[in-house]
Amino acid sequence: AETLKSKPGPFSTDETPTSFMDVTNYNNFYEFGSGKSDPASNSGDFRPEPWTLEVGGLVAKPKTFDLDELRGFDLEDRLYRMRCVEAWSMVIPWIGFPLSALLDQVEPLGSAKYVAFETVVRPEEMGGQRGLFQPLPWPYVEGLRLDEARHPLAILAVGLYGQTLPNQNGAPVRLVVPWKYGFKGIKSIVKMTLVEEQPVSSWERLQPSEYGFYANVNPAVDHPRWSQATEIRIGEGGFLSPGRRETLPFNGYAEQVASIYDGMDLAANY
Amino acid sequence: MIASRVWRSASVWLVYVVGFVPAAWYFYLGATGQIPGNAVKVFEHLLGVWALRFLLVTLAVTPIRDLFGINLIRYRRALGLLAFWYVVMHFSTYMILDQALNFQVIVNDIAKRPFITIGMASFALLIPLAITSNSWSIRKLGSRWNSLHKLSYVIILGGALHYLMAVRVITPEPAIYMAIAAVLVGYRLFFRSRVLAWRKQRRAVAMAR
Repeated sequence: AETLKSKPGPFSTDETPTSFMDVTNYNNFYEFGSGKSDPASNSGDFRPEPWTLEVGGLVAKPKTFDLDELRGFDLEDRLYRMRCVEAWSMVIPWIGFPLSALLDQVEPLGSAKYVAFETVVRPEEMGGQRGLFQPLPWPYVEGLRLDEARHPLAILAVGLYGQTLPNQNGAPVRLVVPWKYGFKGIKSIVKMTLVEEQPVSSWERLQPSEYGFYANVNPAVDHPRWSQATEIRIGEGGFLSPGRRETLPFNGYAEQVASIYDGMDLAANY
Repeated sequence: MIASRVWRSASVWLVYVVGFVPAAWYFYLGATGQIPGNAVKVFEHLLGVWALRFLLVTLAVTPIRDLFGINLIRYRRALGLLAFWYVVMHFSTYMILDQALNFQVIVNDIAKRPFITIGMASFALLIPLAITSNSWSIRKLGSRWNSLHKLSYVIILGGALHYLMAVRVITPEPAIYMAIAAVLVGYRLFFRSRVLAWRKQRRAVAMAR
């Protein structure tokens, strides 16, 4: 990993960052396997450089960004909470830039209502995309409403802990939307398409009763198989008394984002 | 002669000692901060997987004797009790370390979430088997002991189903446990009587010569 230059950004929490060891060794990245340590163990063959991110669809100026261009945005530090749908959480020092800054360059048309995202498919480098048991259909896809994508909290991350993203964390560019469950943060993005209709996301397609399109962190709406009321903060309290805390609506970012869902039934649109 | 008898009883104790090594080892790794991420969940999961492994091995003792003539019956009680203690540790880890003894959440989980209900039911059924695993109960219960311990087939299916339903996506591991459990139960229900009849017949033919 190379060092990345960044300046302090807004919205950073004052909570203690989760250790680099935990952030880079406890991951969900099914392209490298479905075990938590699989991404760290099995992503060594992945080549995130060179890379291109193609942005198209309902835009005035479609554009393909290379890595220098992506890292050429004004990079900011964003120390965000990350709440996984599996009821654990971390605090991660991301380096990235607002997704809106990239959208501004491609100029979405008035008809564009959503952004659809796509992860790279490279079975030869990603073991989870090969073989008999493949947990999800590839490519991994995600989506945001355009106002969510333009929200200043939503960033494209190109690094963490002062350096470029490790492979297991979604190198070289990934989405971070801290008020949503972690699976919305699609990794190793190769394509973004501005569309009119609500795109389907991978987990929603696999099990719609368990994972919705919005996936906003919500302690009041249980996952059918576990409660979302509390979460274990990774690395806190130790093995014999792990730090379990209350989960906050919108993962504690309600002040910033709750208003964009005014009038929406968040239990029905989970 | 005496040496071999000593070894036989010592080897049973060895099964217990070796059997507890995974739990002790992972507890050590967790307590010393060497399990990255959600150490308690990882530990809880490993205890559950080892409970299933011991259950499967316990139920494999009879087919191994029937089909290969290898008699491991003297280890079966130890293997079954190891499975029981791993389930106890698995459930305790969930209750104490994972949920911090929040009984409202625990009761709600058991009542509302089918995979936890099934896991809990399998654990409950395992308790009478553990209690009657001593020689006194075997003598006392006679043929009823055999009937009671057939519950182990329900328990292994419940345990494997609990694992299969707990995961976010079906991966080879829970699928393989389920498949082995189904084969063992299927053998017991459908094939064992035929295997035994065939062996008896073969013995009779050999005697007649």
